[in-house]
Amino acid sequence: MHELGIVFYIIRDVKKVAEENNVEHVSGVVMNIGEVSTIVPEYLQDCWRWAADREEMLRGCELKCNIIPAVTHCDDCGADYETVKYGKTCPHCKGPNTWLLRGNEVEIKEIEV
Amino acid sequence: MDGVKVIEIKKSIFADNNEDADKLRAELKEHGTYLLNLMSSPGSGKTTTLIRTLNLLKDKLNIAVMEADIDSDVDAIKIKDATGIESIQLHTGGMCHLDAEMTRQGLDNVQLQGKDLVILENVGNLVCPAEFDTGAVRNAMILSVPEGYDKPLKYPLMFSVCDLVIVNKIDVMPYFDFDLDKCTEYVHMRNPKAQIIPICAKTGEGVDKVAEWLLDEVKNWKNK
Repeated sequence: MHELGIVFYIIRDVKKVAEENNVEHVSGVVMNIGEVSTIVPEYLQDCWRWAADREEMLRGCELKCNIIPAVTHCDDCGADYETVKYGKTCPHCKGPNTWLLRGNEVEIKEIEV
Repeated sequence: MDGVKVIEIKKSIFADNNEDADKLRAELKEHGTYLLNLMSSPGSGKTTTLIRTLNLLKDKLNIAVMEADIDSDVDAIKIKDATGIESIQLHTGGMCHLDAEMTRQGLDNVQLQGKDLVILENVGNLVCPAEFDTGAVRNAMILSVPEGYDKPLKYPLMFSVCDLVIVNKIDVMPYFDFDLDKCTEYVHMRNPKAQIIPICAKTGEGVDKVAEWLLDEVKNWKNK
């Protein structure tokens, strides 16, 4: 539900980089989207199409999403495990002292011009 | 040239906002002003809770309120009429949350000099506002009983960014099978340090605890 807001952020950042590099048109934007970033890539695509086509510089520009699998680290036993499958409790030692190693990314990886 | 050139960026889209938020916090610190970001679902009783809390605090602190909504100014008027406190309505123009830049624009309309506390009532939503740092000193949220005690499991990010969880409408707890112990357990799974205060904004029960929490927070912020 917040994907449109996210798209506005992406557009702002992409335009800034394009201007800094004297680029007139951007043909592709590649995103790294973490599995637990709360972004739904399909919605992001829909919002992107709607918003990007309203920008001269981004008309027809394609948005690609690389999904980054979420991994959690356990401080109690030192293991890394799949976040989506096991959540906040370590499946190896059942410890609660865990934190997200990766999978929360919402970043612009690169743009194609 | 028909080849495609790739420009590497590798930057989080939240990076600029986080920087703006840190800057805003530093400025607020200079003024000795504490900014609270209050979040919740629509209809959880944010405005009613605020009015009760503000009436307990208005003689002790110099306060302003910023109401963020997609449209209308009913909340700002309601707060001003019920408490006499300076209240500003912000419109997000369709956006489901506030970011640090929008918060700053709102604060530009508040006389910060001598202001102890500014409360930002964020857009009613449990998803998006949790993603964006507004520049507030602390985040608080209201979970109302009819929403159910399992919300911390369903909206983990919201509960992990909040330092205070106010459980509102406890007067109707028996009708909704709301398990406060389970709710507390779930909140602490997301954020072990979160404080939980059960209240009933309608009758005022427990609201003094919220006021106390805020009073302590403001004092600590000034002395830090």
